[in-house]
Amino acid sequence: MPEPLLQLRGLAMHFPLRRGFGAWAQRRPAEVLRAVDGVDLDVGRGEMVGLVGESGCGKSTLGRCIVGLYEPTAGTIRYDDQELGVDRARSERRRIQMVFQDPYSSLNPRMTVRQTLAELLRAHAMVPRDAVDARCRELLDLVGLSSRALDAHPRQFSGGQRQRVSIARALALEPELLVADEPVSALDVSVQATVLNLLEELREKLGLGVLLIAHNMAVVRHVCDRVAVMYLGRIVETAATDELFTSPRHPYTQGLLKAVPRLVPGRVSEAVGVVGDPPSPVDLPSGCRFHPRCPIAQEPLCSTDDPPLAPGPGRATHRAACHFAWREPPPRHTPEILQEAT
Amino acid sequence: MSEDVLLRVRDLVVEFPLARGTLRAVDGVSFDVHAGEALGLVGESGSGKTMALRALVGLLPRAARIAGGSIEFEGRELLGAGEARLREIRGTSISMIFQEPMTALNPVMTVGEQIAESPHVRLGQSRRAAHVKALELMRLVGIPDPARRAAAYPHELSGGMRQRVMIAIALSAGPKLILCDEPTTALDVTIQDQILKLLRALQDDLRVSIVFVSHDLAVIAQTCRRVAVMYAGQVVENGTVDAVFREPRHPYTLGLLRSVPDFELVRATLSSIPGSPPDLASPPSGCRFHPRCAFVHDDCIHTHVPLMAVSAERAARCLYHEECAAEARREPVVAGA
Amino acid sequence: MAVAAEVVAEAQLVEQRRGFRRRWYRTPSFVAGISILGLIVAAAAAAPLITRYDPTHQDLVNTLSGPSRAHWLGTDDLGRDVWSRLVYGARTDLRVAFLAVLFPFVIGTSIGLVSGYFGRWIDTVTNWLVNIVVAFPFYVLIIALVFALGSGTRSIYIAITIVGWVSYARIVRGEVIVAKRREYVLAARSAGLSNTRILVRHLLPNVITQAIVFSMSDIVLDILAIVTLGYLGLGVQPPTPDWGRMIADGQTYLTTHWELSTIPGIAVVITALGLSLIADGLADLLRPE
Repeated sequence: MPEPLLQLRGLAMHFPLRRGFGAWAQRRPAEVLRAVDGVDLDVGRGEMVGLVGESGCGKSTLGRCIVGLYEPTAGTIRYDDQELGVDRARSERRRIQMVFQDPYSSLNPRMTVRQTLAELLRAHAMVPRDAVDARCRELLDLVGLSSRALDAHPRQFSGGQRQRVSIARALALEPELLVADEPVSALDVSVQATVLNLLEELREKLGLGVLLIAHNMAVVRHVCDRVAVMYLGRIVETAATDELFTSPRHPYTQGLLKAVPRLVPGRVSEAVGVVGDPPSPVDLPSGCRFHPRCPIAQEPLCSTDDPPLAPGPGRATHRAACHFAWREPPPRHTPEILQEAT
Repeated sequence: MSEDVLLRVRDLVVEFPLARGTLRAVDGVSFDVHAGEALGLVGESGSGKTMALRALVGLLPRAARIAGGSIEFEGRELLGAGEARLREIRGTSISMIFQEPMTALNPVMTVGEQIAESPHVRLGQSRRAAHVKALELMRLVGIPDPARRAAAYPHELSGGMRQRVMIAIALSAGPKLILCDEPTTALDVTIQDQILKLLRALQDDLRVSIVFVSHDLAVIAQTCRRVAVMYAGQVVENGTVDAVFREPRHPYTLGLLRSVPDFELVRATLSSIPGSPPDLASPPSGCRFHPRCAFVHDDCIHTHVPLMAVSAERAARCLYHEECAAEARREPVVAGA
Repeated sequence: MAVAAEVVAEAQLVEQRRGFRRRWYRTPSFVAGISILGLIVAAAAAAPLITRYDPTHQDLVNTLSGPSRAHWLGTDDLGRDVWSRLVYGARTDLRVAFLAVLFPFVIGTSIGLVSGYFGRWIDTVTNWLVNIVVAFPFYVLIIALVFALGSGTRSIYIAITIVGWVSYARIVRGEVIVAKRREYVLAARSAGLSNTRILVRHLLPNVITQAIVFSMSDIVLDILAIVTLGYLGLGVQPPTPDWGRMIADGQTYLTTHWELSTIPGIAVVITALGLSLIADGLADLLRPE
């Protein structure tokens, strides 16, 4: 287990919503959107951790809290064993950087690549003035772009190339932890691998810790060491990648894995992975948040008691937040593939 | 099985006149859709799949022109048939499902009204009968508590629900063919799963044909029986999903399959296809994929490569499709039967 | 395979340089607007060369003469050469209008930037001020202010600034509220760049285009306001030539010498047309795609 670089404990990010006149008149309290509601997560040095979940689970918000774009409502963020407060110093900000999802809005359209990189290098005095240019070239080289890209504007690049420039920008400040928020979701499939392989390569070369936020489970399986599954603001399961995918213990994880379409042609089972619609983060279910959609939920336990994220017996690194997670035997989740009837 | 070919597209060409030349978004595309079957059109951005789909019902952007080819539906030619004829078909015999349910639904009409619209207006049913039909359809697409939901507006429903409403609308006039334009791309995985299984079940029960456009190979694998792979405005390979995915005969298909991360097979590194799709206003000479092809030979650069039949239900646009198939067998992406 | 990939990728780095510099002559509205305005500005600049008379010189013997060889457009009721007054009037009105737009532009943009970015109380106060100014009809306020401050160009500048900053502030604030959520701004914030740096380097260049486009239409509005004030006797003071005054002076002779009022009126329309065309063209060109 690599030494922890980032430690989140009980992190919460709540957004109060404006009350309508009716609610104000009736003195109902303002509704709160609990985007992140009590998250414990660790990322070790040089480790690539995947954070998966569907829309509304809070993973992007979590990423932004880590990078310091939001001020958490509660909980602590410890980095390199020091608590990161509300007002981060520049030197603290340097060490955690983010790569964003949309290649079309993550670069300033009016600045050339050189200007984008140089601005950061100068603002943090990363290298002496006369070495700025050389360093820009090095950064581009790290991400596999030639120095001809230096004087180009973002509009002259393809989506995949822009993402690589974004990564170069994130690396300019020599961070130790990279938070990649869906870095490949907006790219064509054939280009995704380039960016993912690059992240993997950089992780090895520079010893970077990476938190990869994604909604595509398959991507995560290919590149991450550990995976955390998020649902409605909480982490419901976390384990080493292989273990999570071969023996998931939380019903949501199981449903999620079952729902992912496979490349294998042919009919798969009729049953869906997870039924129903995800509830709104404003109006959270009581007890276990997943109970309304859970195939094994039991009254009255699941609707009153919110299970903690607990490790299995003898398995410190695999934790799941379900009252029945460690029941034996665990349900199997390789879908039966029925041959296509001719 | 040519008697039950519902839709026959031959050499379809869609052009956009630009200042710097004419851009052929669709350049000579041909495919067939049989009755009760699901055909997938798969490709990445710029492949022309969406334009081809929209051309089928004449829903192209104003700047686009259909510059050639033929579209035969139930034996009758649609191109040049005039707007009146197209409108007659749209919504009744051929309907469409779009990617973004929020923009495809009218925000100021209740969903019940929107589903009942076609039966009432196009099929001449009375308001009451149409309303009953709407409730029935809502049940069919798995919307719980239809009586209450029918009075809801689109913004009050979740993404998955809206997509179901769109499917209900598409089914409301009893179509023979449903065109699906990336209907699950904007949805979460679990909702996508529900919708895909719904579409599958509906297709089986109602024997309706589907043309499913997507960039997601796995989704196509789950939903369609046959597939046409598109690149740079052309069909580069077609056949049954089974055959094409197990033994691709075009290097683009092979490259695509190898770059898709899939659960079941965890590869050491994901491969990618170098370069990017060509500018369709001035495509490369010879085979359009040659600048990015790992198997490129000299004649690929200058020879015009037609879509050649490889076997009964298979065709590939590659001079060296055997070589490609051999490579696919050497390191298969999808395990053989 | 990896090396080959990069070579191919580099070869395909799109080299189109479709910047402003290359495209402007292909945008018809912009070209038309620039031509019209260019002509007028050139005429105004070359005033001494293309006129024979001092616009303030009165020739009481030769009043209200129609167009002739000596006086191309005739003379007005005080014997002043109409053509000279027109051309020198262009000088006055254009200069005042351009300057009058500058102050609201700078002040309004700055306020909009700051209130859009920081939000909270700054934004509340700004919106409150904006709502107060906007509650009054434009002309009522302008006229009232100039009346209160006394006629003359200085008052014009002050009045237009007080009333005009509002539009820029609203436009820029709206753009900033959207732009500050763009990921490149988030990236700058997470890199610890100072707010000033973010405002000036990242936000301003990306939000200012709307303000610039608006300023072209604003000049039109200002020219009309100046001309109106001149017509009412509140604006540019005689003997400085001004189209508004010309229109007012010629009013009494509408039935006999209609050209005295109409010609400056047409000049206003043509100038406004030119500026609007430029605004249209700029809107197209300044989009960074």
